[in-house]
Amino acid sequence: MKEDSLEIGGVKINCRLFVGTGKFPSHQMMQEVLLAAEAGVTTVALRRVDSGAKADNILDYIPSGCKVMINTSGARTADEAVRIARLARAAGAGNWIKIEVIADNRYLLPDNLETLKATETLVKEGFVVFPYMSPDLSVARRLAECGAAAVMPLGAPIGSNRGLKTKELVAIMIREIKAPIIVDAGLGKPSDACVCMEMGCAAVLVNTAIAVSRNPVDYARAFSQAVQAGRLAYLSGLAESVDEARASSPLTGFLHNED
Amino acid sequence: MKVRINGSDEIISEKLITLQQLIKDRGLSPKQVVVEVNLQIIPWEQWPQITLQDKDSIEIISFVGGG
Repeated sequence: MKEDSLEIGGVKINCRLFVGTGKFPSHQMMQEVLLAAEAGVTTVALRRVDSGAKADNILDYIPSGCKVMINTSGARTADEAVRIARLARAAGAGNWIKIEVIADNRYLLPDNLETLKATETLVKEGFVVFPYMSPDLSVARRLAECGAAAVMPLGAPIGSNRGLKTKELVAIMIREIKAPIIVDAGLGKPSDACVCMEMGCAAVLVNTAIAVSRNPVDYARAFSQAVQAGRLAYLSGLAESVDEARASSPLTGFLHNED
Repeated sequence: MKVRINGSDEIISEKLITLQQLIKDRGLSPKQVVVEVNLQIIPWEQWPQITLQDKDSIEIISFVGGG
């Protein structure tokens, strides 16, 4: 297979599986998972720290080949997301930002309008911006126009492991939007990730499904292989689906004498 | 003086305390946290020069796992 890296913000990403760092029992486990997945990108969040917090910094456990993207989780408005992004950059975490603006506690669905506002501001400030959004073509188009590095529609609610419930809308976005489309949230099984890649997604982002697996390292590896399989299938061109059989073996044989 | 740290009011008895000292007193290392005073990010090099004032609002933030 010829080289097929994803180039975003001047950086070549060799693996199209992005893995979040939430919910792992230890930093060591998270590191093993990122290595097993060969994750091209990972996400990290910012939180207030109490006195006497553990001295180890999660960033020290991220493998060198894995690009770090800070998420703005906890933000309920565009202004809060912008503030988190600036803090992350000041803390030396780089300028890759996943915008996550959520004002809904039950389904954790993103607020697309606030997300668009935050994207506009942060792109102007030189950030490489990855907005997490509810799949909507008009919003996706505007996010791409204002300079989002990629658009990240959800597959299903965060942490639900329900799979690509938004398939039709994501398919339209892939056809219509030039920016890379990265499905984020809700993917539960490697086959879900494979479907996304077969459809032409540029990458997928997975966290909960891997972190809560009985064997996170192997599950991450399975996701990685599924992403590669789906990508390879997409690049090869998916086989056409038809309603009736088309024989794959010759039907004219020696068992029946044809008149 | 009364300051707000990570959203909670706290009374600080010292009259003069630098940001550097505050972080140290809380057992945190500079490499690990980012600090905002009254919504302004203060790079760690400047911590020794910043003296806390009454009613300052301070946020001490660090990286954690997240998706």
